[in-house]
Amino acid sequence: MSKKINLTLKVWRQRNRKASGSFETIKARDIDTAMSFLEMLDVVNERLTQEGKDPIAFDHDCREGICGTCGAVINGQPHGPQRATTLCQLQMRHFKEGQILIIEPLKAKAFSVNKDLSVDRSSFDRIIAAGGFISVKTGQAPDAHAILIDKETSERSMDAAQCIGCGACVAACPNGAAMLFVAAKLAHLNSLPQGAPEKRIRARNLVSQMDRELFGSCSNAYACAVACPKQISITYIARMNKEYAQLNSSLSIDKNSRK
Amino acid sequence: MLDPKIPNGALPDKWTLRQYSAKLISPVNRRQYKIIVVGTGLAGASAAATLGELGYQVESFCFQDSSRRAHSIAAQGGINAAKNYPNDGDSVRRLFTDTVKGGDFRSREANVYRLAQLSNIIIDQCVAQGVPFARDYGGYLDNRSFGGAQVSRTFYARGQTGQQLLLGAYQALMKEVVEKNVVLHPRCEMLDLVVIDGVARGIVTRDLITGEVFSHAADAVVLATGGYSNVFYLSTNAKGCNVTAAWRAYKKGAFFANPCYTQIHPTCIPVHGDYQSKLTLMSESLRNDGRVWVPHQEGRDYFLERKYPAFGNLVPRDIASRNVKEQCDAGHGVGDTGQAVYLDLKESIVRLGRDVIKERYGNLLEMYAKITGDDPYQTPMMIYPAAHYTMGGLWVDYDLMSNLPGLFVIGEANFADHGANRLGASALMQGLADGYFILPTTIADYLARVTPNAEKIIYRREFQQSEIQINEKIKKLLSINGKTPVDRFHRELGALLWDKCGMVRNETGLKQALAKIPEIRERFWKDVRVLGGGIELNQALERAGRVADFLEFSELMCWDALERKESCGSHFREEYQTAEGEAQRRDDLFSYVAAWQFNGKDKAPTLHKEDLKFEEQPLAQRVYK
Repeated sequence: MSKKINLTLKVWRQRNRKASGSFETIKARDIDTAMSFLEMLDVVNERLTQEGKDPIAFDHDCREGICGTCGAVINGQPHGPQRATTLCQLQMRHFKEGQILIIEPLKAKAFSVNKDLSVDRSSFDRIIAAGGFISVKTGQAPDAHAILIDKETSERSMDAAQCIGCGACVAACPNGAAMLFVAAKLAHLNSLPQGAPEKRIRARNLVSQMDRELFGSCSNAYACAVACPKQISITYIARMNKEYAQLNSSLSIDKNSRK
Repeated sequence: MLDPKIPNGALPDKWTLRQYSAKLISPVNRRQYKIIVVGTGLAGASAAATLGELGYQVESFCFQDSSRRAHSIAAQGGINAAKNYPNDGDSVRRLFTDTVKGGDFRSREANVYRLAQLSNIIIDQCVAQGVPFARDYGGYLDNRSFGGAQVSRTFYARGQTGQQLLLGAYQALMKEVVEKNVVLHPRCEMLDLVVIDGVARGIVTRDLITGEVFSHAADAVVLATGGYSNVFYLSTNAKGCNVTAAWRAYKKGAFFANPCYTQIHPTCIPVHGDYQSKLTLMSESLRNDGRVWVPHQEGRDYFLERKYPAFGNLVPRDIASRNVKEQCDAGHGVGDTGQAVYLDLKESIVRLGRDVIKERYGNLLEMYAKITGDDPYQTPMMIYPAAHYTMGGLWVDYDLMSNLPGLFVIGEANFADHGANRLGASALMQGLADGYFILPTTIADYLARVTPNAEKIIYRREFQQSEIQINEKIKKLLSINGKTPVDRFHRELGALLWDKCGMVRNETGLKQALAKIPEIRERFWKDVRVLGGGIELNQALERAGRVADFLEFSELMCWDALERKESCGSHFREEYQTAEGEAQRRDDLFSYVAAWQFNGKDKAPTLHKEDLKFEEQPLAQRVYK
């Protein structure tokens, strides 16, 4: 059965991209423990609105952990304290009476704050545009059974393809790196036979774009894998590094193609 | 009588004939034409990507922060195709028949046949894009069953099929962005359709970050803006899903068809509190291995299996939902509220082992455990129906063009393929058929007849007038400064509709709803409180605009439900039922599409009818027993 708890929120408030922000203390009283974290914010926002105070801006959409829109750092942890859980799936029963929650946006050099907890993650889209796809046009496809894919390969690809692009990995990383995001996309596409022809060009283009977007590098903190709500494995990063290293030692790729 | 412009010829030949009769535009000339695509779900993303590949100038809009996030991403169970890989008797013909029957004979036969024909190449296309569909040990694609079918024709990627298909379409779209064939406008909400001399020529949008209102002109406008289940407030849709784009198009002259056809999905996590913001779906695929029951004196009553032995737990959604409601209304419901029944995987876990069940539904069961705190591997899940999908939408002809020339509508936003009830795993199929294969052919036929002039038309006063109206509406919403937050009105409207225009409807209830909606709307415009300004990120303002539209749209939905004096599929009017309590169609009177025309504020809409003819699939009472 659910019960009511009282919390103190210290929320990052920032009017827009240019303004400087600060923490604001907001009391969240009588929070039903059967609520989700975002429902708690809804309730807080309704109360703020009734008091004539600007509600907290936060991104969210599907509220079932798949769209990747929501996310905030709760007491230092992206998506909060539950492993393998997005913020929208985090339930208030995991918090205790009287707890203080510090709520910050998913911060990184490559993500700017739009307002309060809402951030700009368009850098992720530009990384995918650089080569996170298989170049097949509509109509070109052969029969689905023309290429057989063994179950293990298919499952491994699916494990990586689960990434929801939320950016928790970046916010968790001490270097603000997007290595887990990029490595997951490479593992998804490069492990499949359909993705093989562009394997190397894809690795090069994704990594170059990642660097251009001012994401940092990996120093094996493993914080990304802990924060990832889809439990994407850290081993993909090693795999990506291997692919990238092989690429740099190869002379067969025209460095200027596909820019 | 509305003319859907269905090509002549035998049903299996119609699409081929249309492909051949459609005019073409040469590759060099395509780049002269500008096309706006609103929405980046499966339909919108696949259309924008394909039109970009063909060489048109495409502008793609979405309100989400990235085009990868549209709500198609949440589709769980799978996508249908008539590949007949399992050799269990499937065919294009059978997929067509199941879909027409599943839609309770209120869909357009020619569209459904084309959908079934295209289903197979969708799978090919998605596999080529790198969608990691489930496979067996031989490396071949695996299939599972969905409601309303006795064959296994559903392709799936664990419980995340929608996500994987959408990422495929999104990636195809991004490859056109880098080629500069597509320009993306994320966090940009369409607030009006601009019609010039009776032709759709552009849209007006609000940039959700800066608050700026902008005009965009084009030679054709494609709406792929999804459904309106959020009219019920609580639904399985994402919080942002709304009717605004379709509703504004309706107010500019596009006909709205069958708004009362709303699908209530049988298996969702039950409501647990008044703060609840959305409902979470548990995929229909669970009914492959799960059994639905309520407690009974002598143990368990597997009421679906008892009443429908041939299809059992896999009856179509409308029938399953109504039966669940019936059990709960009769006092057999379980849980704190009594508004739930059990869905139990126990026998399958014993038969197949926990690992197999985990492989099939792992992510769904985890989601269930996270939300409820119960372990579905140990205890039966509790489920209850929730608003999920809307078969109604803007009226389109066979070419997917609305009655307004230049306005195309695809995916859930249109109405044509699912009739009065959609079968599971068919929404993904329709979205991708529309976007990848149908629209790119038919839009060329339209464009070949017009002279491209988007750069010039943008200076017409209709654009400025529309911008002025939008800015005034925003100003008005911000100036009311009443006492009540936006969501309160939305919840009130939703509860009213769920009660009066939900799984079961009757004349008295619908009339009560029609009396109540204008009253809520009036209070909204007097008492809503939206803080902050218009030229900034203002999420309450975004919601207020959408709720204002739901408060208008809901009236049309109830009106349509009242006028349709029969029961069909999801539209169950208590007055019209068989002795066994099943939906009773009245084909002699209602075998038509109801397409509504806007006549101005406070005026009754005009009904236009499109006659539905069933030449290949004779009309019959649906039997799933």
